Amino acid sequence: MSSTEDIIMAIPRELTQNPLRKIWMPCKNGLPEKHISQKRVCMTNCPTLIVAVGLPARGKTYISKKLTRYLNWIGVPTKEFNVGQYRRECVKIYKSFEFFRPDNEEGLKIRKQCALAALNDVRQYLSVEGGHVAVFDATNTTRERRVTIMRFAEQNGYKVFFVESVCEDPKVIAENIVQVKLGSPDYTDRNTEEAIQDFMKRIKCYENSYQPLDENLDRELSYIKIMDVGQRYLVNRVLDHIQSRIVYYLMNIHITPRSIYLCRHGESDFNVRGHIGGDSGLSPRGKEFAQCLGRFIQDQNIKDLKVWTSQMKRTIQTAEALGVPYEQWKTLNEIDAGVCEEMVYEEIQEHYPLEFALRDQDKYRYRYPKGESYEDLVQRLEPVIMELERQENVLVICHQAVMRCLLAYFLDKSAEELPYLKCPLHTVLKLTPVAYGCKVESIYLNVEAVNTHRDKPENVDISRLPEEALLTVPPHY
Amino acid sequence: MTFCLLYAHSAQKELTQTPLLKIWVPGMGSSLGQRRGSSRPQFTNCPTMIVMVGLPARGKTYISKKLTRYLNWIGVPTQVFNLGQYRREVVETYKNYEFFRPDNEEALKIHRACASNALKDIANYFTKEQGQVAVFDATNTTRERRGVIISFAKERDYKVFFIESVCDDPEIIEANIMQVKLSSPDYENYDKEAALVDFLKRIDCYKMSYVPLDEEKDRHLSFIKIFNVGSRYLVNCVQDHIQSRIVYYLMNIHVTPRSIYLSRHGESELNLLGRIGGDSGLSSQGQKYAKALAEFIRVQAIKNLKVWTSHMKRTIQTAEALGVPYEQWKALNEIDAGVCEEMMYEEIQATHPEEFALRDQDKYRYRYPKGESYEDLVHRLEPVIMELERQENVLVICHQAVMRCLLAYFLDKSADDLPHLKCPLHTVLKLTPLAYGCKVESFYLNIQAVNTHRDRPTNVNIARKTEEALQTVPEHL
Repeated sequence: MSSTEDIIMAIPRELTQNPLRKIWMPCKNGLPEKHISQKRVCMTNCPTLIVAVGLPARGKTYISKKLTRYLNWIGVPTKEFNVGQYRRECVKIYKSFEFFRPDNEEGLKIRKQCALAALNDVRQYLSVEGGHVAVFDATNTTRERRVTIMRFAEQNGYKVFFVESVCEDPKVIAENIVQVKLGSPDYTDRNTEEAIQDFMKRIKCYENSYQPLDENLDRELSYIKIMDVGQRYLVNRVLDHIQSRIVYYLMNIHITPRSIYLCRHGESDFNVRGHIGGDSGLSPRGKEFAQCLGRFIQDQNIKDLKVWTSQMKRTIQTAEALGVPYEQWKTLNEIDAGVCEEMVYEEIQEHYPLEFALRDQDKYRYRYPKGESYEDLVQRLEPVIMELERQENVLVICHQAVMRCLLAYFLDKSAEELPYLKCPLHTVLKLTPVAYGCKVESIYLNVEAVNTHRDKPENVDISRLPEEALLTVPPHY
Repeated sequence: MTFCLLYAHSAQKELTQTPLLKIWVPGMGSSLGQRRGSSRPQFTNCPTMIVMVGLPARGKTYISKKLTRYLNWIGVPTQVFNLGQYRREVVETYKNYEFFRPDNEEALKIHRACASNALKDIANYFTKEQGQVAVFDATNTTRERRGVIISFAKERDYKVFFIESVCDDPEIIEANIMQVKLSSPDYENYDKEAALVDFLKRIDCYKMSYVPLDEEKDRHLSFIKIFNVGSRYLVNCVQDHIQSRIVYYLMNIHVTPRSIYLSRHGESELNLLGRIGGDSGLSSQGQKYAKALAEFIRVQAIKNLKVWTSHMKRTIQTAEALGVPYEQWKALNEIDAGVCEEMMYEEIQATHPEEFALRDQDKYRYRYPKGESYEDLVHRLEPVIMELERQENVLVICHQAVMRCLLAYFLDKSADDLPHLKCPLHTVLKLTPLAYGCKVESFYLNIQAVNTHRDRPTNVNIARKTEEALQTVPEHL
């Protein structure tokens, strides 16, 4: 960016407020002008290539997928490229570890081709499809391979950030193999014993030529070295905001087994009458749910459970019934519906038909007048996610929109799906990390409640009739 | 992180909302005594000692003071205990580097006594003054000395986190000495050259016995090693949330010279009418200010200036006049006055006299009904501060309450002072880091504007008369 000396005195442009996101933008003749101002922080001005480094079974794919999920959730378009996948597409049937022997010329050729094919797709994603971050998931254990990648990045104007995972603990490696390698397509026809044997030999093939990132030789590179599953980290030359966020995230995640319980407050008086937002208390059925939740938690016999609520009456009332300490987070408050707070959908349609239609057109980005959007909610909830990553067993008692955002993070749901995820009242979702994803168990605690889920109606046009707008409104008193 | 820890009772008690903080609590508020820390963040459940490690002139005091400032701002009561201060109180006049010679028995005795006093004061700070974090700022360069501290902490159940600063770049060290050592009370009677020579000899005294934290031998300690002012970090065994936040903060700060410009939007239509909040546009005076600001920026000729605004029309209109790219941050929006949005103070007094009085009683913690408090604002602004630390030259165009919060961070103002800081319209504050603090230059751009600063009135009692409440309301149309 040039210094401000060269700026000619500009005539300030007229501003118009974008009707969907309620963002003020300059306009010409009443139409928004193409403008350089972004709606939030610009994470990075040039694409970033994250390069995983490490022997097999060191958690590279686990980290790649998790990081990708996190970056996409916070709004940074990210995609992972797993070279192993490319290899499986090329070599249809995996025979044995011999393919990975360093003296297997044929194997080396194919693996190199696959890496290049993956890099080609990376270029497609970052330079053509508008992706911001690409995660290149492969062993990348030799300096030579890393140099090839850096040259590629330089040619295309990408920043490079290495994420190396180093681990010598045989228990951790064995656990890795059991969790994710045995289920790999490579080993569908092998029994457990054989698979483990073969995989250990596979690791051996890489060990001799492994050149870890070096404090001195690689002092100019940007990287994080993760040692012993997060006991220790070496961080070198963090260049920009996104790398800083990535480092912070990587330093907060762990793999200790635990479960996260998500549920909404018990049914509230407003829920019963179809009002959105507000700060009402629990209905009699909501109170019953709170009691059931207390018994459920006791029965689950969860070790060191933390309980979090929002600062709204209904979540706190719910937590109160559990008889355990809980923490109130303002950040877990329900989405602010601005001028529509405490209204029923019929009222919103009556007083704000345009707003109601816009919301149906793009429920994720739509911001209530003087309120928030799902997009705002996600940004607001990021510290909650970060702390959930640090914690072990947690029960989060929150709200519909909030729960949708949190669930979307854990289940890797897109911005389009997020606002329509089903989070009914009186139902606890138990999320347990497993392999590369999350196991979900849904437990309905058998206390009746109204349905508060409004599907997207067929007609989202501004000119639609009230009946068409209100078609999917759930029944209420 | 604004959350509040509550102990629940098995009988479902009614909830009441505390009038100041608007927090829901069980009972009639009489059980307030059992609650811990209102909306104060609960980052850690036991006191933490941060122990600095490093040769002289490695930035230990700079880091100690900055970190302390940051932690206090986010609501974690923190204090620095600088061993040099203790020594200066005992040994009234500093003669020369000989005091620090490792064979100076007399001096060693004094050192040990000072360290012991400092530790006593730390224990006092935790047990009697509700401190949560104590930063022990001394060289702590021997394993023996660190062992003493670790035992001390272990006996009392304090967590320990070491911050070691390692630097071998002679230019940086000399610059350090010039910036902060020459002006130390120790060197009042020295000329510059002599002071530099003496200090370098002082460093030599420590070098011989210096045992840095070791990856292997100290693998059970929690620490961060900072190399060469942040180009590399080694992080070991982060135990909890506060340590994680400290690491993130330390990895984002830098010492590159730069300036931060803070300004409010130009005078707005609602400012003229004496109304708070809302989303109005600039008045004609405000538009004049925007142009004057553009000229001011041009004349300052700032290298690579970033410009940030909120999502509100008045800050964006102001930025538009600059003719440069700018970024909109929702986090920079003005404090949400909830039900009092767009009211005049006279109206607030008329419709919500009790709220108005409560606000005067504790302006920092007071939360508007369905709105925010300054305390909430600080939490909201934390990512802005983090990004400001990462950046170099930035102009932030924001709002009165927001600017007060940001200013309080840079100038280390307490929660009690913060809401009363003077941030008048049409005035730019230029903040330049200097030594251990911040130089402030105030530029009034000579465009008339209304005064929006309302002082705390003498009578803050709920029973006060209307005139007493409105005594300090600034004039408006």
